[in-house]
Amino acid sequence: MSRTGAVAPDQTAEHAPTDPGQQRRGLTERLLAVRELSLLIALGLLVLVTTLRNDRFLSGQSVKDLLLGCAILVILAVGQTVVIVTRNVDLSVGSILGLVAFATGTLFVSAPGTPWPVAFVLGVALGALCGVVNGGLIAVARVPALVITLGTLYVFRGVDYYWASGRQINAADMPQSFLRLGNQTVFGVPVLFLVALVVVAAVGFYLRSYRSGRELYAIGSEPAAARLSGIPVGRRVFAVFVASGALAGLAGVLYAARFGTLDAAAGTGLELQVVAAAVVGGVAIFGGSGSAYGAALGAVLLTTIGSSLAVLRIDPFWQQAVVGALILAAIGLDRLVALRVAARLRGRSAHGA
Amino acid sequence: MAHDSLYAAPPTAEAEPGAGRIASLRGLLGSWDAVIVVALVVVVLLAGLTVENFATGRNAQFLLLDLMPLALIALPMTLIVITGEIDLSVASMVGLSSTLMGQLWLSSGLSLELICVLVVLLGAVLGAVNGLFVTGFGLPSLAVTIGTLALYRGLSFVVLGDQAVADFPADWTAAVVRNIPGTSVPVVVVPLLLLAVVFAVVLHATPAGRALYAMGNNDQAATFTGVSVARTKFWLFVVSGAVCGLVGIFWTLRYASARGDNATGLELTVVTAVLLGGVSIFGGRGALVGVLAGVLLLGVLRNALQLADVDANALTIVTGTLLVASVVLPNAVADVRARLHRRRQRQPAAS
Repeated sequence: MSRTGAVAPDQTAEHAPTDPGQQRRGLTERLLAVRELSLLIALGLLVLVTTLRNDRFLSGQSVKDLLLGCAILVILAVGQTVVIVTRNVDLSVGSILGLVAFATGTLFVSAPGTPWPVAFVLGVALGALCGVVNGGLIAVARVPALVITLGTLYVFRGVDYYWASGRQINAADMPQSFLRLGNQTVFGVPVLFLVALVVVAAVGFYLRSYRSGRELYAIGSEPAAARLSGIPVGRRVFAVFVASGALAGLAGVLYAARFGTLDAAAGTGLELQVVAAAVVGGVAIFGGSGSAYGAALGAVLLTTIGSSLAVLRIDPFWQQAVVGALILAAIGLDRLVALRVAARLRGRSAHGA
Repeated sequence: MAHDSLYAAPPTAEAEPGAGRIASLRGLLGSWDAVIVVALVVVVLLAGLTVENFATGRNAQFLLLDLMPLALIALPMTLIVITGEIDLSVASMVGLSSTLMGQLWLSSGLSLELICVLVVLLGAVLGAVNGLFVTGFGLPSLAVTIGTLALYRGLSFVVLGDQAVADFPADWTAAVVRNIPGTSVPVVVVPLLLLAVVFAVVLHATPAGRALYAMGNNDQAATFTGVSVARTKFWLFVVSGAVCGLVGIFWTLRYASARGDNATGLELTVVTAVLLGGVSIFGGRGALVGVLAGVLLLGVLRNALQLADVDANALTIVTGTLLVASVVLPNAVADVRARLHRRRQRQPAAS
């Protein structure tokens, strides 16, 4: 893996500034790989156990449903990763999704001939606009994003309800070409999931290999140090919220295409599930580490647990409890790994001295 | 009509002309509390004058009953946020307490008094689990309590499934909504006030209370001054759980229904009320008076707008706007003032 020199200044900001870069990076890289690997193993075990109990779990239709079910959560989790990496959080994504989904439906009701790409562009733009509101308020108020996005969670949802005023949009109001997108498959893979894959790959690549992507980690590790080293922290954080809003907007349009029937409650409470997916995926809640791939795997794992519980004939009421236990296990594991790494590094620097 | 009372919302804005002064005074004791209290008085007056049926005893009774869960949970939440932590699992603990109460009543044959004691104890245990994860394992409370939010809500569905227990004795369900004789104030307000006084005394008048602020400002410094940070935070989470157990009992009896989805989403409203009340999310700053005024302000606004036929769901615009305004306006005003001040200083120098 070749790395350009431009990335180098940020490596030290991402980690403790004492160690020589290359060795450290190898270690961190391995740990990240371990996290994604352990998620994959957990996912594989889950699928294996479920399939042993009921071999229809790996049938074409069931896998298709699974991929369809996790696509929207994956996109939101990736968006959330970009935010959490900078030591912020965006709680308004569920409300943005709901607002954009309803707006998409309304667009097709009031202008029936609209081609679907236009709906996508407008939906992403509306989501990005919500993100601009978030980012702008955070820049002005200089308070944690948690507070601002908690407020806009209510505001966006309220606007949604106010606009809908009890109306519901049905599948019949939307063009077939648009709805087909929500259920169509290419070589057996749902289009929705392909879109999610593209998003994961693009964001994952950006976070890993672009200078500004690395700067996001630096900001999350230590905002003050990032500012001192010349990173435009305010601008980056603003952009991060716009990106998160735009991805939530994309998820909203996809939600409309998939479900067809829409009211103002679409996506209520989704924000905590999204944060959960990211945390399970190894994104540290206080910033500075984690990858889009991990978050996406976390989202897939959470969705798969839901469907495999049903197959295993476990009371579906257990699902949420299992998710909760998984979050606790994930952050506990992260803590353990961090402590061991710290201990090992201490040992190493003692040798060096 | 609806529009008239929509304008009942701006009282915070009305209070803002003074906000320039207030923002600069905000570090001093109680200034933000004053803003919220003034806003509350203005809203109550406006609503009383313009909204039909607002200023009636019956409405006061319902308003206070509706506010009970929010007000009760806000007490321990204030203390927790002041130490720089947060507890997002409160609503799920209320839900789990409620379904446990239902299940025990349904199948255990114990007396309701004993069940209530058990439920409060159980709430304390749930809180202790949070506390253990946060202080024992050193994990961020935000992540831990998002986890237990899902865990406890899931367990509350496991306990009762999607059924509801509703056959609680009528004298118990009537007791929680009864008024103090001769007034339209519910009896349950008395224990709330007692608890509020206890929390306020502990927070503002004891060394332990001062220690909470110290922790919120700087954990390490607090440790060096001899405060046992971990133990204090652990007990705060326990208290939060116990109070949620109490609220679970109240919720169950008030609506005569123990269900898995009771109080869903309440955690964000509680956090909103606490932040609106002037408690800093960073910890180290805030007062209980402001929080209680914030709780009342939220409740009165919602109640008045609902009476004025505003859709209950659209009302969240008001909640959200209040929260955002309460953190953005003081900073924005301070910014503008600082800029004006600099310009004024520069001008004499230039001439």
